[in-house]
Amino acid sequence: MQELHGEKTGKAKKERTPMPEQPADERRKNFNEVTLGYTKEDALAEASRCLACKDPKCVEGCPVNVDIPGFIKLVCEEDFEGAIEKIKATNALPAICGRVCPQETQCEALCVLGKKGQPVAIGRLERFCADYEREKGVKAPEAISPTGKKVAVVGSGPASLTAAADLAKLGHKVTIFESLHKAGGVLSYGIPEFRLPKEIVQKEVEYIKQLGVEIKPNYIIGRIMTLDELCEEFDAVFLGTGAGLPNFMGIEGENLSGVYSANEFLTRVNLMKAYDPEYDTEVRCGKQVVVVGGGNVAMDSARSALRLGAEEVSIVYRRGEDEMPARREEVEHAKEEGIIFRFLTNPVRILGDEKFNVTGVECIKMELGEPDKSGRRSPVPVEGSEFLVPADVVVIAIGTSPNPMIFKGSEGLDQNKRGTVVADEETGATSKCGVFAGGDVVTGAATVISAMGAGKKAAKAIDEFLKEK
Amino acid sequence: MAYRILEKEEIAPSVHRMVIDAPDVAKAAKAGQFIILRIDERGERIPLTIADFERKTGTVTVIFQEMGKTTKQLAKLSTGNSLEDFVGPLGTPADIKKLGTVILVGGGVGVAPIYPQAKAYTSAGNRVITIIGARNKDLLILENEMEKASSELYIATDDGSKGHHGFVTDIMKRILDSGEKVARVVIIGPPIMMKVGAGVAFPYDVEILVSLNAIMVDGTGMCGGCRVTVDGETKFTCVDGPEFDARKVDFVQLMNRLAMYRGEETKAVEKYEEKCRCGLH
Repeated sequence: MQELHGEKTGKAKKERTPMPEQPADERRKNFNEVTLGYTKEDALAEASRCLACKDPKCVEGCPVNVDIPGFIKLVCEEDFEGAIEKIKATNALPAICGRVCPQETQCEALCVLGKKGQPVAIGRLERFCADYEREKGVKAPEAISPTGKKVAVVGSGPASLTAAADLAKLGHKVTIFESLHKAGGVLSYGIPEFRLPKEIVQKEVEYIKQLGVEIKPNYIIGRIMTLDELCEEFDAVFLGTGAGLPNFMGIEGENLSGVYSANEFLTRVNLMKAYDPEYDTEVRCGKQVVVVGGGNVAMDSARSALRLGAEEVSIVYRRGEDEMPARREEVEHAKEEGIIFRFLTNPVRILGDEKFNVTGVECIKMELGEPDKSGRRSPVPVEGSEFLVPADVVVIAIGTSPNPMIFKGSEGLDQNKRGTVVADEETGATSKCGVFAGGDVVTGAATVISAMGAGKKAAKAIDEFLKEK
Repeated sequence: MAYRILEKEEIAPSVHRMVIDAPDVAKAAKAGQFIILRIDERGERIPLTIADFERKTGTVTVIFQEMGKTTKQLAKLSTGNSLEDFVGPLGTPADIKKLGTVILVGGGVGVAPIYPQAKAYTSAGNRVITIIGARNKDLLILENEMEKASSELYIATDDGSKGHHGFVTDIMKRILDSGEKVARVVIIGPPIMMKVGAGVAFPYDVEILVSLNAIMVDGTGMCGGCRVTVDGETKFTCVDGPEFDARKVDFVQLMNRLAMYRGEETKAVEKYEEKCRCGLH
C-alpha cells in the first residue's frame, strides 16, 4: 500500500475527494448531519494524495500537533485502528475536530499541495478514522498508575475536556465541574446537531470518563463552591469556563418577545431539543427571522431557524462578505440552503406591536471606512439609508464574554477590561497560584480547536507545577 | 446522577411540597435563592424558589403549583421517585441584614419563598411582620410555619373565608399608615400582585423589594432569556436577581415577556392530559 503515497508514485491527484452530503433542499428541512463522511474508498483515495513530507508543515498548523502524515500513512495501509490511535495520542476529541475545526486556516492551510492545487482533506480523514473507531467500538484506554494529585477542572467544554484527558493520562485524579446537566459546553449547547451530532459529543465525553475523569454536572462554581474553596481542596485548578455571557446591542426594542440571544436560541434548540415535539422545551419558530452577526454562531442560528420552518431567514452583518469571521464552508452551506445575506447593514432598533411581539428590524446601510489601528476597515453608517426588514424572530449573535459568576468569591485572579482572565499564553498560568486557564475565558469567543490547544498546553504546565509542588 | 424525592405532600389544592435529596445545593443555599430542575431526559428546565433547606440532612424543599405540563407531571411523582436534574443554588441571595422592622408580603405560592426570608430576617434580629394571602382559606399555605418564623402574622383571603376579607396589600397599607417605622417591604407573588402591591407602597418612605419570576432556561447567566429592565438597564433575573428594587422594575415588560409562550404552553398541557387519559402515561 505504500506505493499509494503520492510521493512514491508521482501520481498525486490534484482534486481532493469530495465529501458526500445531504442535498440542500432536503437538509434544510431536517436537523440531520449535513456532511455524510467519507466511505473507506473515499478515505483511501484522499489519503493517497498526501506527499508524506519529511518536514510536515501541516502539523505546525494544528494547535494540538496531531502527527498528520503519520496517521495518513496508516490510513493508506488500511490500518484504521492504528491511525486513530496515532491521532488520539495528541487529540482526545477527533470526531469533533474533524467536523468543526476551520482546517482551511489551520492544518490544511499549510499543506504543500495547497500551493498549486487543493490541500489534503486532513479534517475529513481525521473524522473518517474517528467514525470508524466509534462504529467498531472504542477501545478502553490502558490503566495509568495514579500520582495521588488532584486537579479540578471548571467547565466541560473543549478546553476543559482536552486538559482533563491529558492530565488523566499523566495519572492525576481529575474532577470536572459542569454547571449544565450535560457535559460538552458549546459542543452540546451551541453547535447544532446538523454540524455536530450530539450523540458523537456524548461518546467523546464517555471516552474522557474512561480515562478516569469524574464529571460532576449541575455543579456551579461560584454558587456551590467558590474558586478559593476549590483551590484549598485540589492541588491545581484549570479554568475552562468559556465565554458564555451573551452580548446585546443595547438598541431600542431588544427586550421585545421574540428577540433571542444566539445562546438562548441555540441552547433551546440544541441542548433542550426544542425542534423535537417529544421534548418539552419551546422555541418561537418565526416565519421571517433576522439573525444579527457574521460568525459561525450567526450561521448556526440562521440555519437552525430555517430548519424550524422559517420561510425567510436573513443574516444582517455590518461589514462585507470578505470580513465575515464564519467558516467558508458554513457560509456556502447557508447560501445553498437559501439564507439571505444582507452585508454592510446594521440594526438601529427593533420594532414591536402592542402585545410586545417583534414585527421588524430597522436597519441602516453601512460603508467601509478607513482602516483603523488594527488594520481593519471599520464600517460607518450611511446617513438617511434606513430601511425596514420585517421579522417575527430576531437572534442577536454579535459575540459573548466570560460569565462573571465564576469569579464570585475568588481572590487575586486578574482579569482584563473585557472580563477575560489574564493567563500566560504558553502555560495558561494565571495571577493566582495553582490556577491555570485556557480557551474562551482567556481569549474571548474563539474556536474549538484553539481552546483545545490551550487546554493541552495548560495540562503540560499543570503537570510540571504538580511535580515541583 | 439522580435526585431522590424524600417527601411529597399536597399542602393545598394543586399546590405541592417536595423535599429533595440534594446535599450540594443544601450546603450552599441561602434565603432568596432558587433551583432549576428537569424531570427527565425530555423535560424542560424550570426554576422554583427554595422554600426551605436543611444543611445537616442535605435536603431542599420546593413548593409548586400545578400550572403547566411540567408542574402537572411533577405533581404526579411521589416519594421514592427521582428527578433527573436539580441544580442550584441560583440567583443572588436576598439582602438580609438588621434593619429594624421588615414587612414580608406573600401571595399564593409566593408565600413559599417568603418563608426562608422570614426565618433569615428574624435571626438577623429584625421585627418581622408577615402578611400572607390566598383566594380562600383552603389555598393558604405555610400558616403554622409562618406563625413561628414571624413576630406578627396577618392573613388575608379574597373571599373572606379566613382573616382579612380582601388583599394582603390592604393590611400592608394599614401598617404603613399606622406610622410604625418600617425599613423595608418585601413582596413576592404573581407579577400583577407585585406590581399593584409595590404601587400601594410607593408613596411611603420605605424600601420595596420584589422577587421576579421571569422565564428561564439555564439560570446561570448564559442566555439572557430572563432579562428585565431595571432602572432603564437590562438585567438578568437569574444572576442579578431575582430580587430587585420594585420602584425601578419595568413590570409591564416582565409580564409581556412571561406571556411569550402562552399558546405553546396551553397546547403542551392539552397534549399531556390527552396522553394521560388514554393511559399511555
